[in-house]
Amino acid sequence: MAIRRGRGVAAINYPTGMNLGGDPTQALVHSTPTGNFMVTLSSVDLGQGMKQIMAQICAETIGVPTDRVVVDTADTDTGPHCMGTFASRGTHRAGNAVIQAAREARQVMLEVAAEELEVNASDLETDGQGNILVKGAPQRSISIFDVALSAHFKRGRSISGRGMFLIPRSYPEKETGAMKPSTCYAHACTVAEVEVDDETGEVTVLTVKNVFEIGRALNPKMVEQQLVGGSWMGISHALYETTEPYYPNRDHGGTDFNQYLMPGPGDLAQTEIIVLERPSADGPYGAKGPGEMCANPQIPAVANAVFDAVGVRIDTLPITPERILRALKAQAGAPN
Amino acid sequence: MELRKDYFADQRKDDLHEIGQPRPRSDSPGHVTGKTAYFADRNFPGMLHLKMVRSPHHHARISSIDISEAEKYPGVVKVLTAKDVPHNVYTILILIQIGPEDETVLADGKVRWKGEAVVAVLAETERAAQEAAAKVKVDYEVLPAVFDMEEALKPGAPIVNEYHGQNYYLYDSGECRKVRFGDVEAGFAGADHILEQTYQSSPIEHAPTETTGCIVAPEGNDRFTCYTNTQAMFFTLDNASIILQMPGNKLHFVGGTVGGGFGGKVDVIVEPIAILGAKLTGRPVSFIYSRAEEMQISSPRAAEKVVIKDGVMKDGRIVARKVTGYTDAGAYSRHSPYGAQKGAGHYPGPYTIPNVWIDTYCVYTNRTPSSAMRGFGVTIGDFALEVQMDKLARLIGMDPLEFRFINAYRDGDMKAHRQPTEGAALIECMQEASRAANWPVAEKFMAMSSYAKGA
Repeated sequence: MAIRRGRGVAAINYPTGMNLGGDPTQALVHSTPTGNFMVTLSSVDLGQGMKQIMAQICAETIGVPTDRVVVDTADTDTGPHCMGTFASRGTHRAGNAVIQAAREARQVMLEVAAEELEVNASDLETDGQGNILVKGAPQRSISIFDVALSAHFKRGRSISGRGMFLIPRSYPEKETGAMKPSTCYAHACTVAEVEVDDETGEVTVLTVKNVFEIGRALNPKMVEQQLVGGSWMGISHALYETTEPYYPNRDHGGTDFNQYLMPGPGDLAQTEIIVLERPSADGPYGAKGPGEMCANPQIPAVANAVFDAVGVRIDTLPITPERILRALKAQAGAPN
Repeated sequence: MELRKDYFADQRKDDLHEIGQPRPRSDSPGHVTGKTAYFADRNFPGMLHLKMVRSPHHHARISSIDISEAEKYPGVVKVLTAKDVPHNVYTILILIQIGPEDETVLADGKVRWKGEAVVAVLAETERAAQEAAAKVKVDYEVLPAVFDMEEALKPGAPIVNEYHGQNYYLYDSGECRKVRFGDVEAGFAGADHILEQTYQSSPIEHAPTETTGCIVAPEGNDRFTCYTNTQAMFFTLDNASIILQMPGNKLHFVGGTVGGGFGGKVDVIVEPIAILGAKLTGRPVSFIYSRAEEMQISSPRAAEKVVIKDGVMKDGRIVARKVTGYTDAGAYSRHSPYGAQKGAGHYPGPYTIPNVWIDTYCVYTNRTPSSAMRGFGVTIGDFALEVQMDKLARLIGMDPLEFRFINAYRDGDMKAHRQPTEGAALIECMQEASRAANWPVAEKFMAMSSYAKGA
């Protein structure tokens, strides 16, 4: 009896957005009298940080610092339609809608600034710090604070914009299945290293090295939190979790966190995250949706590592100590 | 985390001000100091609590329901049964024309899974609602149940859901979603090796920190405000509008700060019945799942069975792949027909294979309905595909990582569902994994690119 070590690899891709499309999201953007910007949505922040990302996308597009943008979302009396936060669609769909709305608002803002500076709007640029400058003559400038005041109180303009993003729905061809499931795909490759105790069947995941290609890391710290969390969930799916431990038998289903097994802090592997960026053609600043796929490659990587360690295939999830021990006994020729 | 900017540098201008910056999240201070308000932090005077009477049987006919004792129980304000729900038989994807309506808000004549909602009790306190629920008398005639997908698909199996008439979802393509590409049998005939394997998963719970729930307050003007942790505001509002036969302008949904979703909060279960309770009592109503309900009543990730048959050559090329996927929907559709369809669009994985045959089935059994969960339709398929890839590599004596390089899709390659590959990056992910994990592969693989050949 011994502790045996193994490693496994898995590589995957994952579609961004609702399968087959047809999932709209809208956004509205307007400026306050002092040149702050409101983004109005009905999208839902599940804890992943959607509001922050929408603020950064709006800020980038209009050309102001992110802290000048406030996101008001998920009130059906004020926010325009969003299909929902699921299918790795939030950043991609709502982000595109926010860009379109913010571009329209920016155009009005530049037009008002152009009137104040007596130049053409096309000759203006933003400095990202809250000012609008004449291209090539940056000493001629006006603050966005003053532009907003002018728009509101002097020129009677609404610095605002409407945004809408919709991938037209694809209908699969009945006989061949010809269809367009998605417009862009994220990618990943994970290498997991495990130790398996061949006496108890227990698996310890030592390390997972995850490489994710996600289009563009709009906020690298937030990307990291989502990818690390997803990686932990993948390990949990591989080794611990089910509501029906003897599926399809309905007995022994857990009803609390004592019975429903998940890894605790001490069970988590040393986790490495590496991010590559190949911008997607239709993503907001190239972003794809990494929200779901980041929990997928760890499952087969761990399964393959278990095989590499002890030479038995567990093709049924979760890979419990019981299943490993039964497989080891069967391999040794002993009755189960 | 490490950002490797050297990959795809030619496809990207890194000239942005706000994008790409690790700005601190504006909502973090509220989250970590406990000041963020969630839906359940609202407390209205006179608020009622809703508890469900649930089926103790997997499959049974309801012969009678007696709510008289529950109605008299101290603190009880209202007891609801199927006849109180205006449009009791519904299905959520009807909003995107995926029917038929196949599920009841409150059971009517039959229960099809253990835990199904039968009677709703509204009382002054959670405890009174719970105790009164135990006083509801339901007489059942137990029916044979089916739990195994293979059994469910056999002729003569008990019919789980009469609204479908058979134990599988009927797509416009028939009993399954199909993808046909090339000639899979010819591919097998010409292969050096054939490997057919079966993979299985079990249902999985989302385990959010915050359980599913909502609080509904009558606004006094015939409108109702629903504070909810749904993942989809208008999707839930519009479904509630159908179920309650109430114009959408009478409904106001407020949400957007959620303690974890993972797909578990897109089923539209708690909101319609809570709004109905508020309408019929004129009082605010709270309906929040207990942890036990979250784990065994709310939809899990579907159990799946995936059968993969591959034809592979000694040089590492996969020449034919046939995948048959089965999604265990439980007793009702919810999002499972979509999940099985998504699987059909995902197989055969990120590999270029000339001959592909895919059938994905959505199967009904007498268990808790499954539904959306992070990656559903793909997650378990990837487990099956990537374990299969490992087995194939070992079968032909090849390094598992090198084997994947040989088959990896690249820009321009035609996929089985007849879309050309765009924006591929699998090869680069594997190259970086090779380096990071110190898993060396031959130089020719490190020199490969996802860009179209000759581009």
